[in-house]
Amino acid sequence: MEAQAARLKPPRRRWRHAFESRRVLAPVLIAPAVIFMALVVGVPFVWAIYLSFTDAVGGSLTGHWVGFDNFVNAWGDDNFRRALRNTLIFTLASQALVVVGAAVLSAFLVRDFRGKWIIRFLVVLPWAAPVVLSTINWLWLLDSLYSVVNWTLARLHLDESLVWLLGALHIEDDAQVPLQWLGRPNLALVAITLVHAWRILPFAVVIFIAGRASIPNEVEDASKIDGATGVKKLWYVDLPLQLPIALVAVLFGIVFTAVDFAVVYILTRGGPFNSTQVLPTWAYAIGIDSGSLGEGAAISLFLFPLLVVVTVAMLFFARRAQVS
Amino acid sequence: MTRRQTIVTYLVVVPFAIVLAFPFFFGLITAFKTNLDLGNVEHSPYTYNDLQGHFHWDFWNYATLEHVRFLFEDTNYPTWLVNTLIVGAAVVVITLVLALPAGYALARLAGGWGQTAGVGIFLVYLIPPTLLFLPLSRLVTQLDLKDSLWSLILVYPSFTVPFATWLLMGFFKTIPQELEEAALMDGASRLKALALIVLPVSLPGILTVVIFAFSLCVNEFIYAFTFISSSEQRTVSSGIPNDLIRGDVFFWQSLMASALIPAIPLALLYNAFLDRFIKGFTGGAFR
Repeated sequence: MEAQAARLKPPRRRWRHAFESRRVLAPVLIAPAVIFMALVVGVPFVWAIYLSFTDAVGGSLTGHWVGFDNFVNAWGDDNFRRALRNTLIFTLASQALVVVGAAVLSAFLVRDFRGKWIIRFLVVLPWAAPVVLSTINWLWLLDSLYSVVNWTLARLHLDESLVWLLGALHIEDDAQVPLQWLGRPNLALVAITLVHAWRILPFAVVIFIAGRASIPNEVEDASKIDGATGVKKLWYVDLPLQLPIALVAVLFGIVFTAVDFAVVYILTRGGPFNSTQVLPTWAYAIGIDSGSLGEGAAISLFLFPLLVVVTVAMLFFARRAQVS
Repeated sequence: MTRRQTIVTYLVVVPFAIVLAFPFFFGLITAFKTNLDLGNVEHSPYTYNDLQGHFHWDFWNYATLEHVRFLFEDTNYPTWLVNTLIVGAAVVVITLVLALPAGYALARLAGGWGQTAGVGIFLVYLIPPTLLFLPLSRLVTQLDLKDSLWSLILVYPSFTVPFATWLLMGFFKTIPQELEEAALMDGASRLKALALIVLPVSLPGILTVVIFAFSLCVNEFIYAFTFISSSEQRTVSSGIPNDLIRGDVFFWQSLMASALIPAIPLALLYNAFLDRFIKGFTGGAFR
């Protein structure tokens, strides 16, 4: 018994010793997460790529190899192109609004004022609320008959001017009061963009605040001495210093908006007449509702290379901006 | 701040707060409206009115709790809340088991390639769930988990683990290395130093990860929507749009109440942990 224990001891000690080495310990600690991700993300991802090259239908998940047919078919469909265009519009337009809003709001939220706690609570609400449920709130706000937005605009006598403005900007040429926010193609695009901007803004504000917090106090003092104040200071001092972190906020915003399914699905289901489809909802319509799994997978895949390029470029610039 | 600066601050932050919170504020009003009051377009949507559409100062007599009661007694909403809690809690545990060691190793032990791995983790986020759920739903069927909360418990860590690893990596980097080195000098093993020194110090960071991972689970829609088809097994995010919107019939008051109930505690938790979240988030990206 004792002899056995003595024989077992040295290897065990060596084992423990190995755990002290970074070369061994690091991979051992990382391995469970990597293996899990490989199984739950890696395998399905590769499988989905394979599917996009087959004619798989329904629940079969295998099919005949058809090369790039699915991609060519998808590309040839007007609805697909509209979905791609909409995805780009929603992503870029909502992020433009978010960046401006977050830059302004974060500049004031870092100040000390009474009631800051409640203001911050109200500002983060859209981010904290489950997106499906808050989108249902918007569905109610923009309802075709009971819209409180229209009711309020009418009471403020702003509805006719808004209709005129929409016509003047050629967003909706023959819009009428009450506005059908989700019932007319271009107006629905505007509404969805605004809902995306609304839901991403709090997150961006939080990241921008983090960016401000990372600016050393010396910079603040130096700019005071040099007489940089107000807009001038914002443009020449605050914004360049915040750029790396602002880029991260925008990057997350782009990803959150581009791959989002829930907002469009809840608000319009891609309608009216597929005019507000985005790539995720169009992929769902083709892959699940119509059962063309292969083409659905191909549609979902279109965005991926684009997102990878955007991400790598932004992380690269963010790091460079920070180093300099 | 000067008086003028204070006034300008309020002039900016208050309108922003009103716009951002408006859907919830208006949802709160709607939740207690009677059907007749809600259904009449002549009535003010901001107040509770009598049958003629007039407002009275004892407005609570013209409001109703009926739709909140309906939500809790005649729908599966309480079950969905419990299901959401179960899934969230199980996923958080799995996430921590996988992400704590990984985040620590990437922050402390990995050296140069830790940063590269950090970017790699980010890329996992770019794979749209609409792409993954086709093969995943097959996997779920094969494992006989369809229509079971286990399917969500299995799949949700696919997006919480990268997120949590990223955040934890940031937190661990903010902890001074000297703390651990002192423990190592005193003869503790690395794992012991991790358990006894690093983890207790990073508890606030870990709690932050718990809260944000949990809320990611509450937010998830497409897997919950496609993997589960019986009402009793749904979570809030999939149960509410499925059961409270029936064709063209919307249970507006109940819908508004159902959205507010999870949002308020989550927003309070977010607020409490926001500063730590900021620290971990930006720390993970750069440093």
